[in-house]
Formats: sequence, C-alpha cells, structure tokens
Amino acid sequence: MEALMDGLLSNVDWSEIGLASWDTLIMVGMSLLFSVLIGLPIGVLLFLTGKRQLLEQPAAYAVLSFVVNVLRSVPFIILLIVMIPFTVMLIGTSLGVAGAIPPLVAGGAPFFARLVETSLREVDRGIIEATQAMGASVKQIVFGALLPEALPGIIAGITVTAITLVSYAAMSGVIGGGGLGDLAIRFGYQRFQTDVMVITVALLVVFVQVLQMLGDRLVLHFSRK
Amino acid sequence: MIVFDQVQKSYQVDGRAIPALHPTDMTIETGEVFGIVGHSGAGKSTLVRLINLLEPPSGGRILIDDENITHYSASELRAFRRKVGMIFQHFNLLSSKTVADNIAFPMKLAGIYSKAEIRDRVQELLARVSLSDHANKYPSQLSGGQKQRVGIARALACRPTILLCDEATSALDPQTTQSVLRLLADINRELGLTIVLITHEMDVVRRVCDRVAVMDAGRVVEMGPVSEVFLHPQHPTTRDFVFESESIDSEEMQEDLQKAKGRIMRLTFKGDATYKPLLGSVARESGVDFSILSGRIDHIKDTPYGQLTLSLVGGDLDVAMNALKAADVHVEVLR
Repeated sequence: MEALMDGLLSNVDWSEIGLASWDTLIMVGMSLLFSVLIGLPIGVLLFLTGKRQLLEQPAAYAVLSFVVNVLRSVPFIILLIVMIPFTVMLIGTSLGVAGAIPPLVAGGAPFFARLVETSLREVDRGIIEATQAMGASVKQIVFGALLPEALPGIIAGITVTAITLVSYAAMSGVIGGGGLGDLAIRFGYQRFQTDVMVITVALLVVFVQVLQMLGDRLVLHFSRK
Repeated sequence: MIVFDQVQKSYQVDGRAIPALHPTDMTIETGEVFGIVGHSGAGKSTLVRLINLLEPPSGGRILIDDENITHYSASELRAFRRKVGMIFQHFNLLSSKTVADNIAFPMKLAGIYSKAEIRDRVQELLARVSLSDHANKYPSQLSGGQKQRVGIARALACRPTILLCDEATSALDPQTTQSVLRLLADINRELGLTIVLITHEMDVVRRVCDRVAVMDAGRVVEMGPVSEVFLHPQHPTTRDFVFESESIDSEEMQEDLQKAKGRIMRLTFKGDATYKPLLGSVARESGVDFSILSGRIDHIKDTPYGQLTLSLVGGDLDVAMNALKAADVHVEVLR
C-alpha cells in the first residue's frame, strides 16, 4: 500500500505541501479579517444611505455603490495584476504570502460589503421602526438592533467570502502569491506533475468543505427564528 | 393631553403631493383610551405615527402637555420618544434577544438606568404581563399573544405616559385579542396611561375605548364618546363599521323591515335601563302590540347597552313613545 502510494505520488513533497497549506491558511485568514473589517462598515453605509433608509443619501450611495461594483466586476486575475504597484507601495513587495493579501482584500471587501447590505435589508423594517420609536439614535439602531438581527446572515456572508477568498488565493499563485495555488501552478502545471495538482486540488476541496461546515454551524447557532 | 392643531401630512410621489392626512384638529385627554378606526389606507397609521413623530407632519402643530413637539431637536425627540411607548401588529420584537433582553432594550438605549434598576424593572414587568416563566426564551418560542405581551412590557419599560397601539390585536385570534385588550384596559386604569389605539375592528373600540375617531380617506369623519358614535352613527363609514361588527347585512335588514307591519322603531337602552322589564309594561299601558325584528344586548367598555328594532301595531303610539322616553330609552323612528 505504502509502495503504491509512493509510486503514484512520487513527486509529492509532503513538507512542501504542509508549508503551502499553511500559507494558504494565512492568506485566507488575513485577507478575510481585513475584508470583514473594511467590508462591514461599507456594507452598513450602503444600507443606511440606500433608498428609504435611515440616512438616505442618493449621491453617497451612488458613489459607494459604483466603487463596489467596479471592484467586483474586474476579473480577479486582472485585479491581481492591476494591484501590483499599489501592493508594492503598501508593503514593499507583491510576491509571496504578504504580497497576495492586498489584492485579496480588494477583491473580498466589496464582495462582503454587498452581502452585508443584503442581509441588513432582510431585517424586518418593523424592528427598525420599533427601535426608533424607543428613542434610539442611528448608531444605537445599527449596533443594538440591525447588526444583532442580521448576524446569521452576516456569518453566512463571511463563509461565502472565505470560500471565495480560498479560490482567489489559489489564483494569486499566477503572480507568485504563494500557498497551494502557487504549488499547483509551479509543479502541477509547469512541470506536469499531475499528482501534485491532484493533491492541492483535493486539499482545497477539503478546506472549502470545512469552512462551509463551520459557517453553517455558526449560522445555526446564532439563528433564533 | 395630545392636541392636533391643523395637522396634515402628505407624501411626495413623483413630485406630486399625495395627502395622507387632511388638516385635522383633535384632542386626546390624559388618561383616556382613544380609538381611531378606519379601513386600511384611511390614514390611521399615519395619524398615530405623527404622535411620536415617526412621521413628521407636513403642516400644523402637535402639542403634548402644551409643548409643541414639532420643533424638537434630534436629541429632544429621542428623549421625548422614551415617554411614548408603542406596540405593533406584528410585535416587532428582536428575534436575537431573549424576552428579558427585549424588555430591557429600551432602558439600555436610554442609558440612564443602572443594571440593578433594569433587572428589577424587567422582573416587575414580566410579572405584570404574566410571563415570568418565559424570561429566557426567544420570541420565536412564544405564541402570538405572548409576543404581544412582551411588546406591551417593552413599551412600558421606561414608564411612558402615552401608549400607542398600532393594530395591536389584528394578528391575534379572538380569545387572545380579549386577553390583550383586558391587559391594556388594566394598564390604562392602574397606571393612568393615555392609550391611543388604532384598529379596523369596531369591536376592539367597543371593548376598551372611551372615545373614538372614525377615519375615511385621510379625514376624521366622526369623533365622540364610543357609546354615542357606536349607538348613533352619523357618517356612512361609521355605520358600515358598526354594522360590520354586529354582523348585520344592511340589505337583508331592509328586506326584513319591508315585510314588517306598523311603525318601526329602534330603541337604545344604556346602563341600568338595559335590565328593566320595560317593554311589557309599556305594551300593557299603551295597548301597543310589538314584535322584535332584531336585537342585541352587549357592553360598551363597562356600560351595558341594548338595542332593539321593533315593529309596533295598534294601541296608542304616543303613550308608548312617551313612556319609553321617560325611562331614558333613546327612540328612533325608522318608518
């Protein structure tokens, strides 16, 4: 059995795979963190400035919405390349794990912002009205009512964003981003080592499965409906 | 006291002003239960939301205890709203908070109560709405009636002086409606709270309200004590509501009246007169024979009333009429 495995997976360097998995984890984790930190307030602003909402501001909404749409409509592979000068300016390099994070955030944050906006819109308007009638300020409505009520939806949004970031992170291998995608491209694609390709893809599948499961559990835990 | 002085509201739709409430004068006394009845779209939701400025008026003044609330700044408005509780048709509880946390929510928002104060007040309110055993449940685990009682407890948390009820019983079954209305009546009596209640059911008005305003197409078309409006409706809309609540089909009634012989009268008894054995003695004295075409005996809030439609044949009609009037019975000759 062991001999068979060695024969089939002769090119696989497990320590390399382990390292690449860890890199992917770091890239996804860090970019998810920043995507949420940046995307959440943008999502809240999109919601609040939207039509018939608490801080209705058609101009502000149009600008914000436009920026989000532009970032979301650029194919990620192009975004990766376009972002290179900016990434170098920001952290000194566009390569490796660190170099991949800014473009990942640029792709992930607007995506997450839209998901936040959508889940906030699903909060019953009556709850906002009731909270207003209690004498709450806009800030209190957001933090006391809107975000807690939308929490399951927001967690589901974080899950979807995380999974999107896994595939984006793999794509960043193209510009030397590091992680499993980098491995798949350098060994699996450029050196025709199919076994490495299969293993990296299998690991990515497992990664996505685990994320989805975790996310679903959390959503269930916080759902009171 | 809530005073509307030429208050009006219109919405801008495609650059045109669509009136939701035509200029309205109205006074709601402190401590009374004031009903606003109307079909959907009549403007009653708008009217009740003007009282806590969830809808800002397009014109006129709203005075609450002689203070013009329409000039309030944002922070004055927030402080004012804490003194006005509100309950809703669909309860609008926060699904992410427990029953106790929902009730504590307005107190936490106010930011002027200590933790201990909040805890004690929540316990007190839970007991008042008989939900002490459900403190740690989430709204989704409660029945409709229980949810509305949580809504009432939450509305009372900051000790308001006014309670606004927006179709508070419309999503409840008849039995639960009864118990919620009884709770509202108790609160009104014990706390001296002014209650403004909007509904499309005349029955709700009949059970708890002292005075009522009937709305139609953005105007108050009739206003007065419930017994007055209920027993002697003037406006066609009011009549529709009263008939509806008594399940009277007005066409059917007309047909019945056509078949009957003699004079047709509607007698209205109120209070103690309801229980007096009056008709028999009047018939004996005047020699008038009567048959009952329709009748109903019920309560308006705590006052019993009866309303009978009779056809009278033979005897001395004037003697009968005078005897009835002398006994404090309102007599209306229909034919």
